Amino acid sequence: MKLEIRNLSKSFGLQLVLNEISLLLEKVRTLALIGPSGGGKSTLLRVIAGLERPDQGEVWLNDNEVVFEERLLREHRRTVGTVFQSFNLFPHLTAFANVTLPLEKVHQYTPQKARESATEILERFQLMEHAHKQPAQLSGGQRQRIAIARAVAIRPKLLLFDEPTSALDPEMTGEVLDLIEELRQEGRDFVLVTHQMGFAHRVADQIAILSQGRIVECGPPSQVLDQPKEEVTRQFLSRILKY
Amino acid sequence: MAKVETTSSAVRVWRSFRRCFWQSPEERLLRPAWWVVAINWVLAFFLLSLVAWYAFANLRYNWNWDAVSEYAGFFWRGWFTTIQVSALALVLSTVIGVIAALARRSGFFVLRALSRIYVETLRGTPLLVQISFAFYVIASAIRLENRFVVGVGTLAICYGAYIGEIVRGGIESIGASQLDSARAIGLSRTQTYRYVIFPQAIRVILPGLAGMFANLIKDSSLLSVISIGEFTWSAQQVGGLTYSLFETYIPLAVGYLVLTVPITLWTQWLERRTKFET
Repeated sequence: MKLEIRNLSKSFGLQLVLNEISLLLEKVRTLALIGPSGGGKSTLLRVIAGLERPDQGEVWLNDNEVVFEERLLREHRRTVGTVFQSFNLFPHLTAFANVTLPLEKVHQYTPQKARESATEILERFQLMEHAHKQPAQLSGGQRQRIAIARAVAIRPKLLLFDEPTSALDPEMTGEVLDLIEELRQEGRDFVLVTHQMGFAHRVADQIAILSQGRIVECGPPSQVLDQPKEEVTRQFLSRILKY
Repeated sequence: MAKVETTSSAVRVWRSFRRCFWQSPEERLLRPAWWVVAINWVLAFFLLSLVAWYAFANLRYNWNWDAVSEYAGFFWRGWFTTIQVSALALVLSTVIGVIAALARRSGFFVLRALSRIYVETLRGTPLLVQISFAFYVIASAIRLENRFVVGVGTLAICYGAYIGEIVRGGIESIGASQLDSARAIGLSRTQTYRYVIFPQAIRVILPGLAGMFANLIKDSSLLSVISIGEFTWSAQQVGGLTYSLFETYIPLAVGYLVLTVPITLWTQWLERRTKFET
């Protein structure tokens, strides 16, 4: 994908969360956003997902501008798959119905076709045995994998992960990261907010460090993580890697 | 020499006797045996009848059930009218309540303000005043002479305000993350209400709603002030004709209990059934 961000700003009340961010990535498969908390990573991701309206600036995806107007935004959201930190499955629906709901109601699949697609994807993710369960009966890792299945099932042009493993136990983190890596090997484009440096190093081909609403540094992992140029990046990495 | 622990039979009898009537704090989680429950319910009724017997024994009153029982058909008609009025008002007030709740969350400020005014005035004034006002002022101004329509309408509008707040509470109990998720997968606002908010909110709303229904049935008795021939009005008429008080009020109380107790039980059942993990 080609991702271009021009002069993007967003504030919540008095707090300036994104401060005139600009970014141009001609050809990127996986972009990882990392940085200290409150640095604006999640907000940037939510702007790209069409969930947050910026105060100013533009987002261009594959040379199409994302127009921040409710009706067009809804169209935009239909073409991207977003996965949140807190899973956000619908608790009143089974795992299976969580996957078929957007297919039927948003993407106009027939019930038959929606069932087929959902079965296909849940089988591929080895989740079919949990299909009939309600989210409350699933482990955190299973829930997050269902959420990923829901996002992938719509055949999005771009997947967005907002700290997909932050609410998980270490052992469940593994199963979710494995799945994301598998998707990456299938050649899907995605943007990922994460605190898992090792994982970012492995899957990302571009890493952007966000701090205090600005992109401090951006480049391939070998450059940004291994030989950071900026003092802010070095400090952040040493804090993270200390433990 | 070790002391041998023996419990005398007197102590054991005392303990099993105590277990029939009392649960210590650490036993509070256990379910008492069915016969313990039964014994204590009978005991409770016995105590209550003692109080009632004492009260009525000191009352100088000439019981005259024969005169009243001649009007049994009249009672029945009133009772059925109460059921009709309540059932209609119940459906209508639910519809009004949902509309009020949605208006309160509307994007138009005027609608929000109107909904707010509606809820606050109708909840803040006595139903008795509302009924008289609706009948003598509004209905006569628009030449609406059907008491039944005015009565059902007023009851529905009044309870719509309460139900609106219950529905709003239910809708607002749905977390922001659910709305985020609905937005992220591309659901429209209407679809979000239909597939995400209402199916979850209904579990919060139903118990409160059922409680409101019991209140509505009892409050339908206030429609007697505009001479709608419902249960209370019928009882008052019979009371006037036969110069009796308790002989009409006791069947009246029982008649309402027969309607409200099942609803209360239904509420409890709903509360148990709709508990769901998030």
